[in-house]
Amino acid sequence: MGASEIRAAFAAAAQEDRAALIPYLVAGRPGVEELPHLVRDVVAAGADIVELGVPFSDPLADGEVIRNATRRALDAGVTVAGCLDQVRAIRALGVEVPIVLMGYVNPLLAYGVERFCADAHAAGVDGLIVPDVPLESAGPLLDAAATHGLGMTFLATPLTSDARIAQLATASTGFLYAVASTGTTGARADVAASTHELLARARASARDTPVAVGFGVSTPGHVTELAPHADGVIVGSALVALVEQDPVAAVARVGELARAAHHAVTAP
Amino acid sequence: MNQTLHHTPDALDGFRLDAAPMPDAAGQFGDYGGSWIPELLVPAATRIADAWAAARIDPAFGADYAQLCREFIGRPTPLQHAPRLTAQAGGAQILLKREDLAHTGAHKINNAIGQALLAKRMGVRRIIAETGAGQHGVATATACALLGIECVVYMGAHDIERQNPNVLRMELLGAEVRPVEEGQRTLTDAVSAAIRDWVVDPDGTYYLLGSAVGMHPFPVMVRDLQSVIGHEARVQSLELLGALPDAVVACVGGGSNAIGTFRPFVDDADVELHGAEAAGDGIDTPRHAASIVAGSDGVLHGARTRLLQDADGQVLTTHSISAGLDYPGVGPEHAQLAATGRATYHPVTDDEAMSALDVLCRTEGIIPAIESAHAIALALRLAADRAADSTIIVTVSGRGDKDLATIAEYRRAKGLPDGRL
Repeated sequence: MGASEIRAAFAAAAQEDRAALIPYLVAGRPGVEELPHLVRDVVAAGADIVELGVPFSDPLADGEVIRNATRRALDAGVTVAGCLDQVRAIRALGVEVPIVLMGYVNPLLAYGVERFCADAHAAGVDGLIVPDVPLESAGPLLDAAATHGLGMTFLATPLTSDARIAQLATASTGFLYAVASTGTTGARADVAASTHELLARARASARDTPVAVGFGVSTPGHVTELAPHADGVIVGSALVALVEQDPVAAVARVGELARAAHHAVTAP
Repeated sequence: MNQTLHHTPDALDGFRLDAAPMPDAAGQFGDYGGSWIPELLVPAATRIADAWAAARIDPAFGADYAQLCREFIGRPTPLQHAPRLTAQAGGAQILLKREDLAHTGAHKINNAIGQALLAKRMGVRRIIAETGAGQHGVATATACALLGIECVVYMGAHDIERQNPNVLRMELLGAEVRPVEEGQRTLTDAVSAAIRDWVVDPDGTYYLLGSAVGMHPFPVMVRDLQSVIGHEARVQSLELLGALPDAVVACVGGGSNAIGTFRPFVDDADVELHGAEAAGDGIDTPRHAASIVAGSDGVLHGARTRLLQDADGQVLTTHSISAGLDYPGVGPEHAQLAATGRATYHPVTDDEAMSALDVLCRTEGIIPAIESAHAIALALRLAADRAADSTIIVTVSGRGDKDLATIAEYRRAKGLPDGRL
């Protein structure tokens, strides 16, 4: 388990001539009991890696959809330890794909970074994304993640220089997250030109590190457009919104997105 | 801008934006501060940090700032002995640093003018800001009107209700006020909303943060600009008393007027520094905003600092009758001053602050902001135990006109005259 599993998932998708599909779900939504089953179904529908959001009261990088969902999870009493319980429950259902937690730093500091990495690994977590820990502040987190075999993911944006992308990619023992658009998470109508430019730069600078693209990627059309230019595609807010309304539809949507991630698919 | 070459010597003379040391390049104040921000903001925050590092040591920038301080803000603000307030306390001599007399009615303008000058120097056309009590929003709208920059202010919907006159002021000054309906709909949510706006266009938008909080370089920049308060107070104290004060007192929400008051006295080892934190209903209740006295270490809005949080690291809902102090974090330099023991922080409840507000109104003819009334309450408490030859400077950070509705509501609830005849 861990970083190597994440790398293997990207390699397996590439072998099948497609980008890895990475759905983002909020831990504890639509409910603590329901989430593990939702993850199992989403994986059955074609997810290669699952990104699980750890709720935080002040999520600076998230748009309204994810903020509302995480708020509901917090109101329902979902804690960091509770998120790890949910990962254990997912593994108990036989889900084997890599699970990457995305969470803000303060709850991890409260839990204790070293203890969190140890417990996360034991629970079956493979990687971490902590969007408010820039590379300069990441030392202790990188050390703890490395000790416990967790893959780290840093974010690169359209404003990030090539030199910094290379540094971020080197530190990203899991994968490099290419932020498709400025602003917070949330659906956008179109893929911006700057996204393609970033992906070209990221893949040129990232060397062996897989590059997955997210932020504003919501439709099968987006996935089809981006899949040939990235090693993975992350769909978050659009799925979270569906989970809030109709989890069954969310699973069906993952199936559509997974089909759209094949390179052979032509844009609709 | 033309420099003012001839003016009567005053307490602003000799003020330097680089008087206090920069923290290290990462913006660390000991264990606190830093830059815990999404990657998207790293280039923008770095650009502002670089611009500030250059501006604070540029004599031309300092001269522009000093000129606007004198001619537009009306600095230096007075340091004034308060004999009847002193008599009421029955101990140390109390002196008031009158930031309520600064243009727009609070110390917030010192920071807004300085950062707007920086934004202009950086060539930015759009400024966004958050506001709690509305004083920083008004100050930013004012600075933007003066310098011809587009202005958007995020304000919690709850604060809009309790500080409505300031909303109209901002609109009159040409700013757009955007209500924030999330969370507890107060200052902390406004900060988050402003940061989310900033990440959309960090190249074209300047985020004019109003307190000494957040990611590097804001705590140091706001501190540098607000240090004009303490610089003047120090010069005025030497003129008026022939000596430094025994103690200085200021209220602490994010802590901008307090760090500006304290910083020039930090190296004066004999001068005590005391901060008044908003204790709301009391720090033994869940309804307060005293992040140093009753909080713990954590990361909020880009800085490691003292924070009100639960055991799981979730940021807690706060309460203070004062919108400007109703914030779960505090500036990282205060966290450091508290950790080293150089400054002492004290809880002041809503009731103590409102009582001190009454006292200041009736003894000195000054209606302070409710924020500032917390500092007055602490000064009264400290003065009572001291000899008549000791001296305390307390910063009156703003005037209370904006708070009349809150004051009336409070008095109505207490069965006091509330303005209805």
